[in-house]
Order: sequence, then C-alpha cells, then structure tokens
Amino acid sequence: MTCLQADRFHNFTIYIMTEEIIIAGFGGQGVLSMGKILAYSGVMQNKEVSWMPSYGPEMRGGTANVTVIVSDERISSPILNAFDTAIILNQQSMDKFEKAVKPGGLLIYDPNGITRHPSRKDINIYSIDASDEAGKLGLSKVFNMIVLGGFLKLKPLVAPEFIHKGLEKSLPARHHKLIPDNEKAIEIGKGLLKPLNVLN
Amino acid sequence: MGELRLMKGNEAVAEAAIRAGCDGYFGYPITPQSEIMEYLMAMKPYETTGMVVLQAESETASVNMLYGGAGTGKMVMTSSSSPGISLMQEGISYMAGAELPALLVNVTRGGPGLGTIQPSQADYFQAVKGGGHGDYKMIVLAPASVQEMADFAKLGFELAFKYRTPVMILSDGAIGQMMEKVELFDPIARRTDAELIAQCPWAATGKPKNRDHIIITSLDLDPAGQERVNLKLQAKYRQIEKDEVRYEMISCEDAEYVFVAFGLSARICQKSIDIARAKGIKVGLFRPITLYPFPVKQIAELAKKVKGMLVVEMNAGQMIEDVRLAAGCSLKIEHYGRFGGIIPAPDEVVRAMENQIIGG
Repeated sequence: MTCLQADRFHNFTIYIMTEEIIIAGFGGQGVLSMGKILAYSGVMQNKEVSWMPSYGPEMRGGTANVTVIVSDERISSPILNAFDTAIILNQQSMDKFEKAVKPGGLLIYDPNGITRHPSRKDINIYSIDASDEAGKLGLSKVFNMIVLGGFLKLKPLVAPEFIHKGLEKSLPARHHKLIPDNEKAIEIGKGLLKPLNVLN
Repeated sequence: MGELRLMKGNEAVAEAAIRAGCDGYFGYPITPQSEIMEYLMAMKPYETTGMVVLQAESETASVNMLYGGAGTGKMVMTSSSSPGISLMQEGISYMAGAELPALLVNVTRGGPGLGTIQPSQADYFQAVKGGGHGDYKMIVLAPASVQEMADFAKLGFELAFKYRTPVMILSDGAIGQMMEKVELFDPIARRTDAELIAQCPWAATGKPKNRDHIIITSLDLDPAGQERVNLKLQAKYRQIEKDEVRYEMISCEDAEYVFVAFGLSARICQKSIDIARAKGIKVGLFRPITLYPFPVKQIAELAKKVKGMLVVEMNAGQMIEDVRLAAGCSLKIEHYGRFGGIIPAPDEVVRAMENQIIGG
C-alpha cells in the first residue's frame, strides 16, 4: 500500500511505501527462498523488511507459506491476515489466501495444478505459467525466480542492482554460479504475465 | 553504521553473543530455538574468539554448566524453549542465590507440558515471578524484533554482570523464526584472564597466597546468615527496580485507550493501532521491555490519562495481573489472549478493544 504523508517541516509530500505480501505453495517449490531473496534485496536497498514463515512439523511436500513485508518505515505486525499481494502456487493456498487479498490488491498465481481459478472482481489477478516455462527452458531450479520476476514487473519494490546483491547474500557461496540463471529467470518472468482481471 | 544483515531472531541472538565477547554457550536442542546452537556450531567461534560452544546431555546439565562457568566469572549463556526452561529452574534459583551472572534465552512455545512448537507467551509468570524456589528475581527482557534479539544479548550480559544476577531474554517462536533487518554492533573482544580477575573479584579464578578462599554457594545453614543473604538480594532487587525499568510508548500522546503488550503481541498491536485510528478510535500502545523490573510507575501515570486498557498476550492472562496492580482498581482493564501457539490477528485485537473496553 502506498500512502501519502505530509512532511510537517518541509513544503512537499513524501510517499511512504509498505507492501505486505503472502507467498504460498508446496514445500520444495522455493516459496521461502523467494521470500528471502526479496527480503534480502530490500535490506540491500536499506528498506525495512520482515520475513515470517509458517513453521511447523510438516516439511517437503506439505504446504509452506511466508509473509514478507517491505517498507520505507518501521514495520508493525510481522503477522497479518490481509495482504496487498498474494503469490499463490497451489490449490490449497488459493483456497486459503484468495480471500485474504485486500480489495484493490494483487493476486499472481501459477495455473499449473489449479482446478478452481480465482474469481474475485475487486482485485487485480494475473496468471504466470512459470512451471511450464521453467520446464521448457530447463530452469526448473529457478522456477520461483520466474514468479518473482512477474511480481517485480507489477510491483518494482526493489531495483535490479539490489536484487543482484540480495541474491549474493541469500544464496550460499557454492550456489553463486547460479546467480545469472536466477537473474535470467526474473527477466523471463517479467514477460510471462497474463492479465485476467485488471482494475482501472 | 554497523553491518546490516537479514537474520532470524535465533541467529541474531547467537551472533550478538559472539560479538558481545561471550565465553561459553551450553545448550540442548529444542524447537523453536535450535537455530541458536546450530548457528554457533556453524560459526565455530571456538576457532576465532575462543568462545566454547557445547551441546550438553540435557537442559539440566546445561544450566549447571552455566553455574560452573559463571562461578569463574566467565560470560556464559544458554538457550532453550519452554519445557527445557522448566528443567532449568533449579539451576536458575541456585544462580540467583549464589549471585552469579548468566544469560538465558527462552524462545517460548505453547504449553503446558510438551504443548506445541508454535509461539506463545505463557511463560511470563515463570520468568518474572520466580519459576524456581526461594525469594529471587531475574531481570527479564522482552524483545519485540530481531534487532532487539541482537541488542538484548549485549544488554543482558551487561546487566547480568552489573548486578551479578541471571538475566533472561523472554522471546517466542515467532521472533526466533522470523527474519528482519539487523544492524549488528561491532565485535567486543573477550576479556583476558587479567581483565576478568580485575572485574570479578568475587569469581573463583584460582587462590593466590595473599587472600582467603572464595566460596560460591547458595547454602547458609544458619537462618540469621541466610536472612542476611536474602536482605542483600532484596536490596539489589530494589536497586534494579529503581534503575533498570525499560519500556516504549507508541501513539500514547492523544490516546483515549491503550493496548498493553510485550514482545510479538506488541508488534501485532502496532498494526491494530493503525486499523483502530483509521476508524477514528484514539488508541496507543504501552510496551514493557523489562518484564522484571516491571514499569509500575509509568503504567500508573498512564492509567490516570486514559479510559481503559486492553492487555493483549498470547496466554490466558498473566501480565494483566501486574498491569492491574500498577494501575489500581478505578480503570477498566481487560485481557485478550490466544493460547497454545495461536497468534491473534491485528483486526481481531481491535474488535476485542471495541467489545471489551470501549463498548463493554
């Protein structure tokens, strides 16, 4: 959400941005790491961030979700029940989080495996065929970065140079050779969005 | 500006302990705090600063290693989660009695018993009212962010040595597991033996010929002697209550109603303030940072200015007893809590304020 605040001491207005995001899918899809890369990129740009995973006894194959908040000001609750953006990668998460998007907010989902597509008319909805594309290009390891690219196209919260730094910081050194693939995937994702419901 | 990192609360408290010059960590794994020892083991401070990191055979062993380390003046810490901290209560009481400095981190989970591994604040009573036996107090710091997990490790050691008392960081599973931006303070070198002997004349550091034995004990079989020990402890606690109260007030200047909450609940209430103020309800937040010493005077002052207080806790109503004692009987003060690992949502807290305090 972007809100306007009058600066009391100077004669201009400043924009204070806070974006509250839920990323949800199966464990193993890279949900948590997508959130971490976004959050670390925010840190690199000196924004306030929080990354709050659902944690529990379930592991690979179970559902996983993470709440990521990127803001220009101090973050209040790291745990939320309404979101500016939902990034959804499986049906269970669609059932749970479509209704949690704030009116006027954004829902991005990969239609692979989705049987009940989102139907709300009061939010912006885009699909992104990331898993298909990742399979075609042999980039299945960076599937999550294709999705992140789609999100960043619509909400450019963090500048590309800081995404690069965020990747360097989030990935262990032995995976740094994969950074170019990650960045390529982000670029591919920016071109894959299909608008399904766009508000004026 | 210090180094910026994105870290889990558990990692931040571990990194900060190394940077604070900690001499030794003794612990036993338990969710949701296992990353503390995992991080320390991965960082291998025993190869750099010389800090010992040891997995003990149990929590009981950990806390007694803490007693031994603290007795030699070393800067020592342990960490655990609720059931493990219960096992340590005897050792905490002994350390309080023997006036030993140590840092304990409790990353709490839902109880009672084995409970859940999800966040909870149900260990408030245990931490601030003396979970072990005898008339003792422990300084209790309640972080509400990953940054404070780091900052309070350093502060906790400072207070522990200043007052020769155990200090607890009372955190919860959410603060331990979530990642936020942290600005890390520059590392402080571990004390040399000479510095330690100079700073801790009470510590068992080896007997030179020109002085008597140093005896570290909580035992005095003579009741008069044991009463003197207690009077000394109580005088120390009065000093702590006078000098070490810490708290934060948010949006209280014009508030008609306030939330009182610590740790994660206080973060949730900050969002609730935004929601309530958008509806035109003037609410603020009082956040005790030290749970012991409790900000009694500050809550009493605030109670004179507002129409009601809602104490929000992830428990069945523990801190509310201290809030009511501080604020007196004339003000409407109610509790809103979720238990067993359920975290209240910001809008749910606003509804509780509307139903229980404003409309109630």
